[in-house]
Amino acid sequence: MNNREETLIPKIGVITDIRIDTPDIKTFRVVTPDGKKAFDHRPGQCAMLSIPGVGEAMFSITSSPTNEEFMEFSIKKCGCVTEWLHAAEVGQQITIRGPYGNPFPVDDEFAGKNLLFIAGGVGLAPLRSVINYCRHYRDRYGKIDIVYGSRSKDDLLDYKEIIDEWCNDAGVDVHLTIDREQEGWDGHVGFVPNYVKELGFDTDKTAVLCGPPIMIKFTLEGLTSLGFEKSQVYTTLELRMKCGVGKCGRCNVGSKYVCKDGPVFRFDELDELPDEY
Amino acid sequence: MRKCSINAIDSVFAKIAESLALYLPVDGSDGKATYKKWENGVKWSNALNTVKSPKEFFFPQTEDMMEFKTSGKNIEIIDTREETEDFVIFGVRACDVRSFDILDRVFLTMPVDSYYASKREHSIIVSVACTKPSETCFCKAFGIDPAVPKGDVTVWKTETEIFFESNTAKGADLLSKIADLTEECDNAPVEEQKEKINKIMAKLPLADLKTEAFGGGKTEQYFDHPAWAELSESCLGCGTCTFVCPTCQCYDIKDFNTGNGVIRFRCWDSCMYSEFTRMAHGNNRLSQKERFR
Repeated sequence: MNNREETLIPKIGVITDIRIDTPDIKTFRVVTPDGKKAFDHRPGQCAMLSIPGVGEAMFSITSSPTNEEFMEFSIKKCGCVTEWLHAAEVGQQITIRGPYGNPFPVDDEFAGKNLLFIAGGVGLAPLRSVINYCRHYRDRYGKIDIVYGSRSKDDLLDYKEIIDEWCNDAGVDVHLTIDREQEGWDGHVGFVPNYVKELGFDTDKTAVLCGPPIMIKFTLEGLTSLGFEKSQVYTTLELRMKCGVGKCGRCNVGSKYVCKDGPVFRFDELDELPDEY
Repeated sequence: MRKCSINAIDSVFAKIAESLALYLPVDGSDGKATYKKWENGVKWSNALNTVKSPKEFFFPQTEDMMEFKTSGKNIEIIDTREETEDFVIFGVRACDVRSFDILDRVFLTMPVDSYYASKREHSIIVSVACTKPSETCFCKAFGIDPAVPKGDVTVWKTETEIFFESNTAKGADLLSKIADLTEECDNAPVEEQKEKINKIMAKLPLADLKTEAFGGGKTEQYFDHPAWAELSESCLGCGTCTFVCPTCQCYDIKDFNTGNGVIRFRCWDSCMYSEFTRMAHGNNRLSQKERFR
């Protein structure tokens, strides 16, 4: 028997709640069989979830570390593992290992700053962890702005939490947008990058972006045109991963492994890497 | 330093194999050498090197990692790892010995890969100096000395004798096992051979190969170099280069349903494969040029 520690051997997790967020995104609540959190994490870190016989995949932990009871994962149906998860029922066991990757610098670079979170679609999933962390420790941060857009009202992730909680917080401004006009929607209509430019944010903020690559590209351009420096803007990357600990070799960008040196990067750091993500 | 007659080497192998599994390069029917387990009658190859590197002693081409049993909604995880027994890899060339350092950097840095670590710790490496380097050899460019390869024991082979020098405690233990078959000797013949090897190395076509232009921090500089298009044009994407490479260590993790449970295994993977980086949202390396680079 080999008694060495091994990060690749996972723990058992139990799905204790499944929330249908959008037509293709569900949020899964996961605990260990004895009802505890599988492990502690920092905002922006990820975990490997698997279903034996189906596969293993990396997901951002969408719940905040301040939630001491369980972890949540907002997962879009788009591949083998995710399709299987979407068909799963409450009580289903899965496997879980982590936490992996570097977190957002919530306790240093973000401390005392005005924060601007910009997300598109399921890109809100990794940001929800850091948004809720900053809301929990509200007095450690300045003003918080959240710009979030999706294809339609029905595709907005965490809609109930956004309306019932985030919108009612003092010092938190939420700016929602959807791509096209829709009956029953009286909010903003238009793409996220244009909305960011329209809102015309002051550059006294640290910005965090997550969404489809095309949204990130144009939103970064928008922020730059508003006068933001790349060193003020963070994002979180997604590449294929197998091990999660910088050994299997597939998520590298230049000399960096997204699984351990990322997924959180500042855009001025990304500028130094080959354009391969 | 100890030595034995070249005719006594099979007795040395037999002695080692009494207590330890012993692997060494052996010629196949195709004339190419591969590592095989020694048993009576197996002859040590004279080939300069094996086709596949000895990396698979520590990082096998496929390796079971764990098992799962499922019943209804429940999963049981079975840790199937076992501690490796001590074993000897005999006849490893200087370049391949160096490759273990590179693999160690990946697998033995935190978090340590227990599968690799168990095999690596239980290995005893016996290297052999390169009496006849080939014209395609370029190890000196990487600071490797083919006349004094590293490892737990270094071996030099002349026309008539085999010389042994231990470099580690593990190596000294191994030499003590064969003490009855070897004798203490002076190192003059070995020094002579080292000189010969160095003279050959200096004459090789790639003797002046310099590596300063490559390596850490230079990726960005050459990322859009036109040479990638030309170099990758003839690449079939078969991945064989990464399989024979002593330092390529990319792996895939897959599940196999046995009908009576699921075995999670890992296997060699290759950055040359079109699906290597393909994920649900797309693929960041779409052309063979991007993969080759």
